[in-house]
Amino acid sequence: MLKSKTFVKKTRAGGVMKIVREHYLRDDIWCGSEACRECKQESTVLQAEACIESNLCPYPHYVVPDTNVVLHQIDVLEDPVIRNVIILQTVLQEVRHRSAPVYKRLKDMIQAKEKLGNINNMEILFFYYFHLKADGLKVVLLTDDQGNKEKAEESIDEYVKNLTANPELVDRLALSKDDKAEIISSKVLFPEHLPLSKIQSGIKSGTFLQGTFKASRDNYLEATVFVQGEGEESTEVLIQGLQNLNRAVHQDVVAVQLLPRNQWVLPSSVVLQDDGAAKDDDVDGDEEEKAVISAAEAAGKPTGKIVGIIKRNWRPFCGMLNVSQIKESTRHLFTPADRRIPRIRIETRQASTLVGQRIMVAIDGWPKNSRYPNGHFVRSLGSAGEKGTEEAVLLLEHDVPHQAFSQNVLSFLPKMPWGITPEDMIKRQDLRHLTVCSVDPPGCTDIDDALHCRELENGNLEVGVHIADVSHFIRPGNALDKEAANRGTTVYLCGKRIDMVPELLSSNLCSLRSNVERLAFSCIWEMNHNAEILKTQFTKSVINSKASLTYAEAQMRIDDTNKKDDITESLRGLNKLAKILKRKRIENGALTLSSLEVRFHIDSETHDPIDLQTKELMETNSMVEEFMLLANISVAQKIYDEFPDCALLRKHPAPPPSNYDILLKAAKSKNVEIHTDSAKALADSLDVAKVDGFSYFNTLLRILATRCMMQAVYFCSGMDSDFHHYGLASPIYTHFTSPIRRYADIIVHRLLAVAIGADITYPDLMDKHKQSALCNNLNYRHKMSQYAQRASVAFHTQLFFKSRGILNEEGFVLFVRKNAIIVLIPKFGLEGTVFFDSKDKAGPSLVFDEEGPTLKVEQTTFHIFDKVKVTISLDDSNIQHQKIRMALTEPVIPGVSVAAPDVEPQAKKPKVDR
Amino acid sequence: MAGLELLSDQGYRLDGRKATELRKVQARMGVFAQADGSAYLEQGNTKALAVVYGPHEIRGARSRALHDRAIINCQYSMATFSTAERKRRPHGDRKSTEMSLHLKQTFEAAVLTQLYPRSQIDIYVKILQSDGGNYSVCVNAATLAVIDAGIPMRDYVCACTVGFVDETSLADLCYAEESGGVSSLALSLLPRGGQIALVQMDARLHQDHLDTLIEAAMTACKGVSKVLDQVVRQHLQEGSTLRE
Repeated sequence: MLKSKTFVKKTRAGGVMKIVREHYLRDDIWCGSEACRECKQESTVLQAEACIESNLCPYPHYVVPDTNVVLHQIDVLEDPVIRNVIILQTVLQEVRHRSAPVYKRLKDMIQAKEKLGNINNMEILFFYYFHLKADGLKVVLLTDDQGNKEKAEESIDEYVKNLTANPELVDRLALSKDDKAEIISSKVLFPEHLPLSKIQSGIKSGTFLQGTFKASRDNYLEATVFVQGEGEESTEVLIQGLQNLNRAVHQDVVAVQLLPRNQWVLPSSVVLQDDGAAKDDDVDGDEEEKAVISAAEAAGKPTGKIVGIIKRNWRPFCGMLNVSQIKESTRHLFTPADRRIPRIRIETRQASTLVGQRIMVAIDGWPKNSRYPNGHFVRSLGSAGEKGTEEAVLLLEHDVPHQAFSQNVLSFLPKMPWGITPEDMIKRQDLRHLTVCSVDPPGCTDIDDALHCRELENGNLEVGVHIADVSHFIRPGNALDKEAANRGTTVYLCGKRIDMVPELLSSNLCSLRSNVERLAFSCIWEMNHNAEILKTQFTKSVINSKASLTYAEAQMRIDDTNKKDDITESLRGLNKLAKILKRKRIENGALTLSSLEVRFHIDSETHDPIDLQTKELMETNSMVEEFMLLANISVAQKIYDEFPDCALLRKHPAPPPSNYDILLKAAKSKNVEIHTDSAKALADSLDVAKVDGFSYFNTLLRILATRCMMQAVYFCSGMDSDFHHYGLASPIYTHFTSPIRRYADIIVHRLLAVAIGADITYPDLMDKHKQSALCNNLNYRHKMSQYAQRASVAFHTQLFFKSRGILNEEGFVLFVRKNAIIVLIPKFGLEGTVFFDSKDKAGPSLVFDEEGPTLKVEQTTFHIFDKVKVTISLDDSNIQHQKIRMALTEPVIPGVSVAAPDVEPQAKKPKVDR
Repeated sequence: MAGLELLSDQGYRLDGRKATELRKVQARMGVFAQADGSAYLEQGNTKALAVVYGPHEIRGARSRALHDRAIINCQYSMATFSTAERKRRPHGDRKSTEMSLHLKQTFEAAVLTQLYPRSQIDIYVKILQSDGGNYSVCVNAATLAVIDAGIPMRDYVCACTVGFVDETSLADLCYAEESGGVSSLALSLLPRGGQIALVQMDARLHQDHLDTLIEAAMTACKGVSKVLDQVVRQHLQEGSTLRE
């Protein structure tokens, strides 16, 4: 059936256009119901026995939500309880138009369980109604719209509230208008937000500034707005006080109006936490204002107030519930784990079960007469302190996408059993005869690199680095590619891995396991015995790894002089070359930095950490690393030569000289001179820095030096001019060698494949703006994954110490602060702070000398690198933010240090305060 | 706001068609008695009128005549009311000159011009309503008009535009798709022999995709030819029944 749609549209220039479009209504979309006997469908998705236990609709029925219901109540619809939903195409289109995130969730949901209808709202209802009447099924329209409701069926509120089996779903309902009206009380707490049109004209005329709102971690009444200025220039505007903060939430894009200069203040150094649990919501406004004004001083930083919100950046937040004092109350406050997010008021009837659990809550809105934003419960993550729960929290809080891959994504995986076809071989070199082997940490299942080395007839050496050919499996633009691009990197937590690509690829088809044929991207050099590169060749290939070794196994083979087999010889050749390469690199000024990495031995059954060990480095580690660096540099050069505008590279900017201050001061205290004019000078002076009788000094110094460095970042060569990699002392660098766990490498693979004519290009690859946007995402994901990894290590450390009670360990002073020293325990790679002042009682006399830097506590002076002894225990007084607490035992300072705990073994764990 | 989704996950296009489906083609031959041949053709919302005069003696400069075959003179124009905004379209602007030239090349390849040395065949095409695929609709309409005029051709010339989106070829693009950033290709085909009369494309497309795209275009053209064939047969039938 052909229909014509005619509508009028306003163009951007303001003109009005009449648009005529055809619309072909299809007669080959079937109803998808199991019960139906008329439709010629191949597969059905709607069950014949479509019973959800419900008081409202006791008959078997299918549910048809309208657009607004989908947009606002996606949390409810996502629940597996709600089945047999018909999503109309028009609804899908409208959702796509209105909200991208909801659209994505809806799409994933459809992939998982549901059915798509077509045609128009009302028509399809009638269609289904008459179509299925004979089969004893009914359809229920879910809507919140008054007009629709009169015409037909149910509002989502009533519907969900009447699902007898699932009371917890009610809490997930976002507040609809009527409910919001209920909460509103008479007192207006906040000034009105300006409408968007006024904000825009204000920004244009310069009376308002636009920026990102960043709440302070320590003081809930204070925040800064980061205003991106013209070019490099950007300013920070300070916001103080509830009224001025005006309902902005961390990460929102807001419009700020600067206050007159005489009201500018300095950020207060007071730590203020919102302990409003016991207080009634809207009484305390005035007191809080006073607190702020007293803290403020005259003449300070630019200060302003928020006049409007340009874009909310709300996501579901993790946190815990504070149960209301009144027993029967259904409204409770929720405290997010992130201190920068305000408390959220939610309505729930299952408060008693949610206490002590980590839950997720989404904000629905923040009316101007409410002290806290209103939200609704999304889901529970499990009880606090448990491993699974805490892991979920840290993934969510670090924005690590960790859901299982959707059907849509999985549909792009190769079909099993997979084999190499003749088409695959056309543009590939057959390297199956080579003695290739891989060297990785123990237990590694995603092997993305393998090596070989052999002597050529002309006496030179041929060295090959073979990298898993992930780009062969992940084609540009499909759902799998988009998902990988979004994830950006695989995240390694203690005992858990969040894959960037589905398991089938990461641990099987792409993993270069031994004795199976695998597709690879090879970088092959011809070198002489002085490790000088004579020829470089890049090719797609097929390899058959002969062995997958661990670092230790490879080391043993090299050291065992009796072994004379091919693999061992190959390893020896590689090792020899690697040593030369490393020497050359260090001569060029590459830095060898140090950071302590710890490894947990995890109990195989309980998955609790049973031992901590700092990672050991062997010769073979550096052997593999050398060749990976070499491959990365060669590839970087090649893709930059071929695509000067759109090569994806990695740079490591030189740190500004001021970053080194702390290192210089620290070294000076031990009479050691450090030069920081160049990377080379730094590397050299670090090498000679030694103090007699203090073997750990050099490592400590390197740890300090690492802290001075900048972050390495990905960038697109067309958008930047500084390519230098400071740490590696290389003029150009990229990532090529780990495509299974980094998306940047996949792009580099694609670029290189195009450069050598082994693959075809696509528009986005050559678009430097898109590349640069991708780089931003990758950098963000990398940063977040690092934070998540650290958080995971920290959490496991806590678990470890929880089971240990109190320990007594030796450590070194790493930094000296005004009121504390930061101590590093080499045995655990653990860092902790020893505070000398406490809130409740008068502290000891503290004298801080910034030049040293030293801290004099009573009679004892602490320098950097001093050796101290501390006790370590777990402080779990705040269940959301557990931390390791350290206390001094040696040197003994009366009133400050504590007694060594050996005498009194901790029998009971400290009680939880709440 | 998100851009248009040209091909949904379920495989449907903006107007509900699947990737290989053509728009509805409707045509009539012999719409004007004055001209030697004429036809009116609709392909979805694109509507075109084609008129053929000739073969006749060369008009104007005699020197243009070719001693061994006829020359073909094509003129393409668009009605002022053919698009959403009314616009005066002077003859001989760059776009229509180019289109005229393409039509001329197409028909020189299809019409048996050597049968009419020193003569001229005029083909005038006017777009009455434009909704994408103007070139192909013109060619299809002109073919019917040439047949109506009784001028011998090697075969029908059928044309179709195809586009390439998400690794899929879309047949017979409408305006929304054409302007939605699809790399489109127009192809006219002599379907029985599978000879290509003209391919025209001015978008960027990787070489590797070209073959699949041309393949899709040829399939679409064959679909069009079936419809045209039906129209011609029905027209003949009507004509003969009238005479009886």
